[in-house]
Amino acid sequence: MSYGVREYTRVREIKGPLLIVEGVSNVAYDEIVEVELASGEKRRGRVLDVQRGVAVVQVFEGTTGITTTGTKVRFLGRPLEIPVSEDMLGRIFNGLGEPIDNGPPIVAEDERDVNGAPLNPSERAYPEDFIQTGVSAIDGMNTLVRGQKLPIFSGSGLPHNVLAAQIARQATVRGEEEEFAVVFAAIGIKYDDFIFFKKFFEETGALNRVAMFVNLADEPAMIRLVTPRAALTLAEYLAYERDMHVLVILTDMTNYAEALREISAAREEVPGRQGYPGYLYSDLASIYERAGRVKGKNGSITQMPILTMPNDDITHPIPDLTGYITEGQIVLSRELYNRGIYPPINVLMSLSRLMKEGIGPGKTREDHADVSNQLYAAYSRGVELRSLAAVVGEESLSPVDRKYLEFADLFEKKFLRQGERENRTIEQTLDIAWDILSILPEEELTNIKEKHIKKYHPKYRGA
Amino acid sequence: MAVKGRIVRISGPLVVAEGMQDAQMYEMVMVGEDKLIGEITRIRGDKAFIQVYESTTGLKPGEPVEGTGAPLSVWLGPGIIGNIYDGVQRPLPLIAQTIAEKAPHRKMFIERGIHVDSIPRHKKWHFKPGINGSKPEIGGKVEAGDVIGTVPETSLIEHRVMIPPGIRGRLKWIAEEGEYTIEDTIAVVEQDGKEVEVKMAHRWPVRIPRPYKAKLEPSLPLVTGVRIIDTFFPMAKGGTGAVPGGFGTGKTVTLHSLAQWSDARVVVYIGCGERGNEMTEVLERFPEYKDPWTGKPLMERTILIANTSNMPVAAREASIYVGVTLAEYYRDMGYDVLLVADSTSRWAEALREIAGRLEEMPAEEGYPSYLASRLAEFYERAGRVEALGSPDRHGSVTIVGAVSPPGGDFTEPVTSHTKRFIRVFWALDTKLAYSRHYPAINWILSYSAYVDLVSDWWHKNVDPRWREYRDQAMEILMREDELQDIVRLVGTESLDEKDKLILEAARMLKDGFLKQNAFDPIDAFATPEKQFKLLQLFIDFYRKALELVEHGIPVAKIREAVGRLYVDMVKAKFEIPNDKLEEIEQLKAKALKVLEELETRTG
Ligand SMILES: Nc1ncnc2c1ncn2[C@@H]1O[C@H](COP(=O)(O)OP(=O)(O)OP(=O)(O)O)[C@@H](O)[C@H]1O
Ligand SMILES: Nc1ncnc2c1ncn2[C@@H]1O[C@H](COP(=O)(O)OP(=O)(O)OP(=O)(O)O)[C@@H](O)[C@H]1O
Ligand SMILES: [Mg+2]
Ligand SMILES: [Mg+2]
Repeated sequence: MSYGVREYTRVREIKGPLLIVEGVSNVAYDEIVEVELASGEKRRGRVLDVQRGVAVVQVFEGTTGITTTGTKVRFLGRPLEIPVSEDMLGRIFNGLGEPIDNGPPIVAEDERDVNGAPLNPSERAYPEDFIQTGVSAIDGMNTLVRGQKLPIFSGSGLPHNVLAAQIARQATVRGEEEEFAVVFAAIGIKYDDFIFFKKFFEETGALNRVAMFVNLADEPAMIRLVTPRAALTLAEYLAYERDMHVLVILTDMTNYAEALREISAAREEVPGRQGYPGYLYSDLASIYERAGRVKGKNGSITQMPILTMPNDDITHPIPDLTGYITEGQIVLSRELYNRGIYPPINVLMSLSRLMKEGIGPGKTREDHADVSNQLYAAYSRGVELRSLAAVVGEESLSPVDRKYLEFADLFEKKFLRQGERENRTIEQTLDIAWDILSILPEEELTNIKEKHIKKYHPKYRGA
Repeated sequence: MAVKGRIVRISGPLVVAEGMQDAQMYEMVMVGEDKLIGEITRIRGDKAFIQVYESTTGLKPGEPVEGTGAPLSVWLGPGIIGNIYDGVQRPLPLIAQTIAEKAPHRKMFIERGIHVDSIPRHKKWHFKPGINGSKPEIGGKVEAGDVIGTVPETSLIEHRVMIPPGIRGRLKWIAEEGEYTIEDTIAVVEQDGKEVEVKMAHRWPVRIPRPYKAKLEPSLPLVTGVRIIDTFFPMAKGGTGAVPGGFGTGKTVTLHSLAQWSDARVVVYIGCGERGNEMTEVLERFPEYKDPWTGKPLMERTILIANTSNMPVAAREASIYVGVTLAEYYRDMGYDVLLVADSTSRWAEALREIAGRLEEMPAEEGYPSYLASRLAEFYERAGRVEALGSPDRHGSVTIVGAVSPPGGDFTEPVTSHTKRFIRVFWALDTKLAYSRHYPAINWILSYSAYVDLVSDWWHKNVDPRWREYRDQAMEILMREDELQDIVRLVGTESLDEKDKLILEAARMLKDGFLKQNAFDPIDAFATPEKQFKLLQLFIDFYRKALELVEHGIPVAKIREAVGRLYVDMVKAKFEIPNDKLEEIEQLKAKALKVLEELETRTG
């Protein structure tokens, strides 16, 4: 799509991040725009609505300082594109995909529309390769597979960065040498958080297989709408044309959604829940669905978006709509965190929908599914009894119920809790699970097939 | 003849064109130089408001808009089954193939402006005139709905070629048995002195329900193999149901189970605004999985429609109508069709988005005021009917829609309006899902209006005591729910022995009957016989245990005596397959014997 550059100067109105430009012709929907201020400063924008003669332009860097006279608006005749190339690994870009690390210019292998295009479901390949993250609560009970989109639902101050970094460092597909290429999108995060990741990549010597797209908290909010898309555009190129396995970390999607709300309010759209636009679901989906595998290609895109739940509320529209799109979620708990448990993963609220395809004989172990089901059943019973015991007293629980209380404690202390650098194999994870399950009477293990009990239960294994 | 206008405005999926004075409401139009597919949703003066089913990026005012003279329609004929379509009946594999021809590296993406045939135009089908050995008579009267021949569409579905709606007259000619394409004439009908050529395919506008002779009351259960559904909250063939639930509670798994196991003849699966991988999963698995009723690959009875969450929003609105029209077409042949739509909330949101762009007055939570009537119209297209024409045929469309309430709150508009138009409500519960009690169908909040209707079938085909057992199990579960309120305050120890037994029995029912792992090869599908045998196992055990309790034997003693047998009872669902039901009998005999021994020992 290209129809040459056209320049206009009649800015009729400025409101919020929007410019209303008159007297235009031949302007296309979603076309990219360059705005030149009277001072000579240049900004970028995008056409959001076009009627004959009038275009509504969203200015990424904001409208501060723009005047209705003396401003030149150039329509560039193409949608927002970024260059893509393998050489972008190891480099740092701004939120629009322009290098900011003083490195050499990018020699583009191609230019790509950041909006991408929907993957054809009949061309997808179902994700099923087990990724060992070394984190028991994930590998054992919420298994991640290659090509999955699995977000971390966190709260402010919780250690989601540490966990994401641990996963990025430890993630491997067993039996394969190849390491993940990482595409990292910082969306309106604080400088400290950015430095945390940058240092982490440097320390692990991973910098040359990481591309970072950075929009910090003090940078223009409208750019946040582009940042994850620019990152995913590169990821798609690397995965589907360069056969790489790409891990995409997007943080923080809450900032993204807030930028979307801001633009929607400026356009005076009918607001949906809590002021977020009614199309927040589709808009988020256009980002999250850019994960997966496709037929006949070796590469894949595994997505790990991070978001902070406002007030730790999982029913807030941002986590809620995210959960409706992603293939599960890892939920962090303030309560566990306050009790000093790392990683503070609330396994009951967490879920991996693609787990069933990634586990079992030949992938992890034959007893994995049963063990995971049993851990869930027993831990949820234990947690329930814990709140009952708080009311009626532990003494009035039956002996079996007291075993469940003990189990819940052991689960948190031995299975859940681990070091920030502790990398457990899946066998270690499952063995810890059996150790703690074995404190329950055997007839409580109703989720596990007899043959697995006979083979893996410590009682029989020792013999 | 068709109208030709020009674009004056583009805003997301909405395009406004002028010069459209002769356009019809709901007419399908081609938008822009790339001929994107759109549909007119409002006309004001010479302006038409068009929802565009493809991405509008790059469209410009001034580009042409061309009418097609017809409303959005689907192609009906052999070649539909086994296909996967987008929201406007374009086969997705053909879209990929078309893109591969010009840009192989972009093959995995959907681009716009691609026009492909909905059903194969050049494929030869084996047409055989007549049905069940009787051939239509030359010179005889024929009318819409008459079956004039058959085509083996898949190994499971005999496609019944019907006289399309609107045709009525004398049969002048019919093709010999042989190989024909959908473009070949297979019959000629003389209507009002004119000759009308009949082909194997015709078009039908998706927003108009297909006609039938009479609507009938559903009477047969749709057997799904899911215990809590068939036994407690049954669906009927021709019935309507909804599966509401917060994210991750099991809507999709439930719909997949229905599509996979239920005894429908044809399944239409609409992925409406949901995940791409969920469609891929069906596409990869269904050709391998066997239909439990026939042993044939499931794909041979399945039609998929995919407008995933990242595909254009306007086509989401259309996908529901496309799906239900295909379902009605197979119903008209006399088949029992199951349509599942995941998720109707995304469809409602598409309505809301388009309404918002049209600047219509919003009603509750921004939804247009016609949300309820649209939902009603959709579910109204379900039903068991007597089809038009001869021979006499009964067919049905069963509709089950997933509902995705924001925050899992069932009081929101889509859930609450849907409740008015459906008769089975499978309420998924976040708390059950968190504790991995699957299917997370809450037995207190769910209901089915078909229990009475399907009782007869159970009594004739499974066991005359079905209803009695079912109702008693339900009572135990309800009573347990009340008791839990007390337990939460004072614990279990202060309950009397009978109530403690209720807790035990409910726990057995929950662990051994209600919980069902959709991914376990043995557990996933339970025949009605297995369902009843398991139910009997737990209820007969409870009845006997109750006798003991009434004789003063404490529940703790019973538990102790039963010991490890409890585990065997609870695991029977996944240890004992459908074809070894005598093992459940043996287990029951063992358990009852233990109780009797305990009785004699203490009595
Ligand atoms: N099986 C099909 N699936 C989808 N679209 C079809 C199919 N058959 C025809 N069409 C499209 O529908 C439109 C109308 O079909 P129709 O058969 O009337 O036209 P045609 O075949 O192009 O012309 P003619 O009938 O004069 O040969 C055409 O644009 C055609 O491409
Ligand atoms: N009957 C079942 N047996 C085993 N697991 C189940 C069952 N039902 C649900 N699950 C588990 O719950 C997960 C989520 O289920 P599902 O994807 O159907 O949720 P959903 O309600 O469709 O969510 P969303 O609204 O986000 O699409 C599944 O991936 C599976 O792990
Ligand atoms: Mg033709
Ligand atoms: Mg779902």
